[in-house]
Amino acid sequence: MRHVISLLLENESGALSRVSGLFSARGYNIESLTVAATEDPSLSRMTIVSIGSDDIIEQITKQLNKLVEVVKVVDLSEAGHIERELMLVKLRATGKDREELKRLADIFRGRIVDVTDSTYVVEMTGDPAKLDAFVEAVDSALILETVRTGVAGIGRGDRILKV
Amino acid sequence: MAISGAEIVVKCLQEEKVDYLFGYPGGAVLYIYDELFKQDKVRHVLVRHEQAAVHAADAYSRSTERVGCALVTSGPGLTNAVTGIATAYMDSIPMVIISGQVPTAAIGLDAFQEVDTVGITRPCVKHNFLVKDVKDIAPTIKKAFYLARTGRPGPVLVDIPKDVTAARCEFEYPATVEMRSYNPVVKGHQGQIKKAVQLLLEAKRPMVYAGGGVILSDAADKLQKFVQMLGVPVTNTLMGLGGYPATDKLSLGMPGMHGTYESNMAMQYSDVLVAIGARFDDRVIGNPTHFGSVPRKIIHIDIDPSSISKRVKVDVPIVGNVPDVLDEMIRQLEATTERPDADALEAWWKQIEEWRRRDCMKFKNSDEIIKPQFVVQKLWEVTKGDAFVTSDVGQHQMWAAQYYKFDKPRRWINSGGLGTMGVGLPYAMGVQLAHPGSPVAVVTGEASIQMNIQELSTCQQYRLPIKICNLNNRYLGMVRQWQEFFHGNRYSQSYMDSLPDFAKLAEAYGHVGLRVDKPGDVEDAIREAFKRKNDLVFLDFQVDPTENVYPMVQGGKGLTEMILSSEDL
Ligand SMILES: Cc1ncc(C[n+]2csc(CCOP(=O)(O)OP(=O)(O)O)c2C)c(N)n1
Repeated sequence: MRHVISLLLENESGALSRVSGLFSARGYNIESLTVAATEDPSLSRMTIVSIGSDDIIEQITKQLNKLVEVVKVVDLSEAGHIERELMLVKLRATGKDREELKRLADIFRGRIVDVTDSTYVVEMTGDPAKLDAFVEAVDSALILETVRTGVAGIGRGDRILKV
Repeated sequence: MAISGAEIVVKCLQEEKVDYLFGYPGGAVLYIYDELFKQDKVRHVLVRHEQAAVHAADAYSRSTERVGCALVTSGPGLTNAVTGIATAYMDSIPMVIISGQVPTAAIGLDAFQEVDTVGITRPCVKHNFLVKDVKDIAPTIKKAFYLARTGRPGPVLVDIPKDVTAARCEFEYPATVEMRSYNPVVKGHQGQIKKAVQLLLEAKRPMVYAGGGVILSDAADKLQKFVQMLGVPVTNTLMGLGGYPATDKLSLGMPGMHGTYESNMAMQYSDVLVAIGARFDDRVIGNPTHFGSVPRKIIHIDIDPSSISKRVKVDVPIVGNVPDVLDEMIRQLEATTERPDADALEAWWKQIEEWRRRDCMKFKNSDEIIKPQFVVQKLWEVTKGDAFVTSDVGQHQMWAAQYYKFDKPRRWINSGGLGTMGVGLPYAMGVQLAHPGSPVAVVTGEASIQMNIQELSTCQQYRLPIKICNLNNRYLGMVRQWQEFFHGNRYSQSYMDSLPDFAKLAEAYGHVGLRVDKPGDVEDAIREAFKRKNDLVFLDFQVDPTENVYPMVQGGKGLTEMILSSEDL
């Protein structure tokens, strides 16, 4: 099962390597990991997407909680939540493809943020499945490069992760 | 008044009442050593290898309820210490290690004797710190001691660059520690405890399985009360020996790979198993699928939530400090007149007595050749079961655990989790310093003892009258045993050739050495050694090289699939 785990941790050098070290040392899977400071600069917020059985995910959350610098851990996927990821895609855009790619980007609510004679850079946010769908929809021969940030997640409604 | 970072380090150690600091100097810690020189509250013990410093501090901690402390220099000093740190980590031993680091400005430039200490030690410490500002030294050391001893204990490392120890600031030792990210649970959940007590009262075949957590949390007296109130069988793991008196009739001895027949059978066939400060280690329960193949309810008391349901699914988890939880369980048991079904319990004990009659610890003694088990038995007799015993790792470790009956906690000091050969002698140093005047014995093998043999020199310098019982079988015995059982008797690299004359070697270091060849001389030799109150005595017992440790549960096999003697092979 795919899980989205969200954590608050002390914004200290080395905290990130404690988390990533934990995953590699114990052989846990990481699909993506994003981290940045919060509105309180002493705290970082991290979103980790991992795939594992319920037992493994339970161990992951317990092990994360055990790290001295981790303040709070929640498994967002246990209830309503929102996931967003940002993608930048550089496309070969020449001839009749230019119009077609523009249309496709519009359909996916993407924005073209860089244009040259032969390329577009499309910026797109959404849940990971939507970004996958866009990449699927574009002729693979036209994709020059893609870069994705990994998922940032937040709980819906009253689900609040705060100190 | 502003003082140097080095002086602050020493003042912090004084504040923490560190009486012994085990260490080894070097460039990055010269300022700290200079400050140590100027005072006499913190006594420094100069080992001969940094690994031994950490082991000695670790054993100081294991044999007391205090936090052991070690000091090493940067680079090779730290890498030498890593085995010691990992050993302590695996057994959750509270310790603080202070390491020197190259000056802040040189970090990352591949400076002389630079290693990424925080990176190297991260996976084998409870937590570590790099102190970049002299103002942070005192609060960081305060936190280090606090983290080491609270929650699930463990080693904490503080890495201090040389320039930070030279910089100056005012010294103030914080009175308390506030960490929003660290709040260990102490009291167990009331509802869960109630459920557990109910389950126990309804049990027909109850069993208590007590681990190292009982020792670490000083809960032995509470465990004793709890077990005796219920009259249930109890087994103590390798890390938990002494947590319940081994000579009491409710004790079934040790469980696991080299545990007793009765203990393993009772673990398997109990209907309610209470695990207390234990972690269902692979060396204890064998194959988890086999273990889980019979119905049984499990209550698990542990301070560390991640230990619960890690290898075995638990029915009633109780996260909390063992003595607090036991207190509450005892209180609830006292508040009710209900007791487990007496008839069922009687039948259960009858079954256990039947298992006991297999007498799985019997061994064929000999008049010709010394049996290693016999040496440990005699050691137990001569010391009246009241010595501190450290061991190394191998067959001798298992024989020490099986045949020395520990009745008190913190008397048995060994590397259970990491299984580090070479701990025995440095462990004995830490114990002897913590308990001057008490008998301290090392049960070791000719291979393990050579891994830190240089510490005989430290023992001479500090006049540590340790008694070393070397069960010399001229083999890496435990390796040889596995090769005999599982690798067609191909003894690949397990013979110890070119052994030194250990008695002479001990004498070369200024100690007393004695070689013992005949079974008839064993007891006298041990008596003689303990009579020499002020001498370290190295007893080199020439033991049967073919002896094996029984019972044995092969790796991957079920707990009840025991080899009880050579006839089962
Ligand atoms: C540092 C280290 N290296 C290797 C091992 C693997 N090992 C476990 S027991 C053992 C043999 C120990 O021999 P000895 O000390 O003579 O004890 P014996 O088993 O003969 O009693 C070895 C090599 C270990 N546990 N620790």
